[in-house]
Amino acid sequence: MRTNMASKFLSVVGSKLLKSTPSALNWTSMRRNGSTKAGTWFRTRPKLLAFGALAGTAGLLLYALDASVEASDDCVHPPKQNWDHNGLLSALDMEGVRRGYKVYKEVCASCHSLQYIAYRNLVDVCMTEAEAKAEAEAITVKDGPDEQGNYFERPGKLSDYMPAAYDNEEAARAANNGAYPPDLSYIVAARKGGEDYIFALLTGYCEPPAGFALREGLYYNPYFSGGAIAMGQLIDNEVVTYDDAEIAPTSSQIAKDVVTFLKWTSEPDGDQRKRLLVKVVMISAFLVGISYYIKRFKWSSLKSRKIMFVPEINEQSKSNGEGKNCPK
Amino acid sequence: MKVIYNTLFKRTSTYAVAIIASAFFFERAIDVSSNAIFDSINKGKQWKDIKSKYE
Repeated sequence: MRTNMASKFLSVVGSKLLKSTPSALNWTSMRRNGSTKAGTWFRTRPKLLAFGALAGTAGLLLYALDASVEASDDCVHPPKQNWDHNGLLSALDMEGVRRGYKVYKEVCASCHSLQYIAYRNLVDVCMTEAEAKAEAEAITVKDGPDEQGNYFERPGKLSDYMPAAYDNEEAARAANNGAYPPDLSYIVAARKGGEDYIFALLTGYCEPPAGFALREGLYYNPYFSGGAIAMGQLIDNEVVTYDDAEIAPTSSQIAKDVVTFLKWTSEPDGDQRKRLLVKVVMISAFLVGISYYIKRFKWSSLKSRKIMFVPEINEQSKSNGEGKNCPK
Repeated sequence: MKVIYNTLFKRTSTYAVAIIASAFFFERAIDVSSNAIFDSINKGKQWKDIKSKYE
C-alpha cells in the first residue's frame, strides 16, 4: 500500500506523464500545454534558435565579405548627396529636369546619345508641347526613302528620338581615342552609386596623385574605376547660361541639373510610382485591417471552443475503484 | 443598422450592388486624398506647378 506522500508524488509524476503523451492517448483534456501555441513554440524552440543563429552568422559573414571588398575598390566611393527626389514620396524637381535638358543638349550631346528619349517624352514633363516642337525642329533627321528611293533630310518632329552624336559605335570610338561615350538614357540606373556617382564624376576631376601613370588622352578622375577616364572635364562654371537669372550656373549647379535630368530619363515613371505608393498604402491598410477583423471574427467560435471528455460510468469500475478511465 | 441590413445586405443581389457602389466611391475618395497628399508634399516641384511660367 502506498503512503500518503508516495501516492502524492506518484500522482504528480503520473499526471505529468499523462500531459506529455501524444494527444491521441490523452484523455483528460485536449487543451493542454503541448497543443497551445505556446506549447508548440516551446517544442520547436531549439530548432528555431539553431536556425536563427545559423542565418545570423551567414548574414554576418556575407556582410563582412562585402564590406572588405568595398574597402579595397579601385575608385573612391561617391559621397551621398541630399537629392530633392531622395525621399520615399519625393517627386523630381521638374525645373531641374528642364535646366538639365538644356545642359545635356549644349554640353553632352556633342559626344553622347540619348536614344530612348523622344521629344514627345518631354511634353508636359518639363516643357510645353510648343517648346518641345521647337526643340525638335532645331535638328535635322535623315528620313526614309521617298518615291524615287532617295534618302532626305527633314527637320525633326515630336515623334523623333534624340539625335545621336555619331552614326554608330565605331565612329564614336574613332572620334574619341577608342573610348565609346555610353548612351545616357539609363546611365543613372546603370551605374553603381546612381546620381551620387554621376555627380561626383562630373565635378571630381583633379590632379592625379604622384606616381600615377596617366596615358596620353586620358584624364584623372578618382571616382572612375581605375582612375583614368577618357572624358575630359566639360562642366565648368558658366559653360551654360540659364534663362532663369536667379539660378547661378556654377559647375555644381550645372552638374546637379544634368544629373536630375538623367535621373528622369532613367526613371520617367518615378513620380507616378511614388504617387501610387500613397494610394496603395491607404487601400491596403484598410483591407488588411478588415481582413484581420473578419478572420478573427470567423475563427472566434473555433478558438473559444472547449472539448471535454466525460467518462462513462461503468458498473465494473464502480466495484474495484481502479478503472482504466480514472485519472490517478 | 436594421434598415441597412433589410434594404441592402439581405439579398445577395442588392449586397453585390452595395459592394460595387461603395468600392467605387471608396476608391474615388482614396484617389482624391492620395493625390492631395502627394501634391502637398511635392509643392512646386511638379510640372503642373511650374507650367504657368512657360505657357
